[in-house]
Amino acid sequence: MVTAVTSMGRSGLYDWLMQRVSAVILLAYFLYVGGVLVCGVDYGAWKELFSQTWMRVFSMLALVSLGVHAWVGLWAVFTDYLTERMMGSTGNVLRLLAQFLCGITMFTYVVWGIQILWGL
Amino acid sequence: MKDKRPVNLDMLSIRLPITAWASITHRATGVFLFAGIALMLWTLDASLASPESFASLQESFNSPLLKLIIWAVMAALIYHSLAGIKHLIMDMGIGETMAGGVLGARIVIALSVVFILVAGIWIW
Repeated sequence: MVTAVTSMGRSGLYDWLMQRVSAVILLAYFLYVGGVLVCGVDYGAWKELFSQTWMRVFSMLALVSLGVHAWVGLWAVFTDYLTERMMGSTGNVLRLLAQFLCGITMFTYVVWGIQILWGL
Repeated sequence: MKDKRPVNLDMLSIRLPITAWASITHRATGVFLFAGIALMLWTLDASLASPESFASLQESFNSPLLKLIIWAVMAALIYHSLAGIKHLIMDMGIGETMAGGVLGARIVIALSVVFILVAGIWIW
């Protein structure tokens, strides 16, 4: 059996589940933060919210979920369009390069998030 | 599988059904949001760093260009979320038929238009 080496969990079923779990976490986070913003906040209340441990944990959970979610999603996009069939062997090089850049970007997002939340 | 079989992947000669449009838009908004996260993190950073940066962020929100960019990110987030919820519902076995798929795509697109307009009104 050939195993997909660049997918999230080397298995379609695992990826499918991680995609859903991370999606629900992200939806909950965006609904909550969106709700806070719609209600309107000043600096004090906003800062107070993000100084709470639970909010920092919730934010980091959302950011890590985003990494998982984006990896699974972009993997599907890259393996559909940047392929040998589409553009010959260039496709394989481009796909691995795109995945590498995508991984670096996500890692940077996570570190940036830690810096924002704990570097205050 | 024989390699000689004809393959038609000429996107200009294929008439895509609404379900295909809903699907490709879900993908496109996902890719766009991956870049949009940079804007969200930058905004979060500026909003929390200090009272001064919070105030200057509020000031920069008056820029029509930034309003437009934020609206675009919000529109992508709204569509991507609704299309995602549709997927979760379909995972439960609801609306898996062809007719159900078309109806689901229509509902997602219609609701997105409404929510995106509301978001636009909220921003401006």
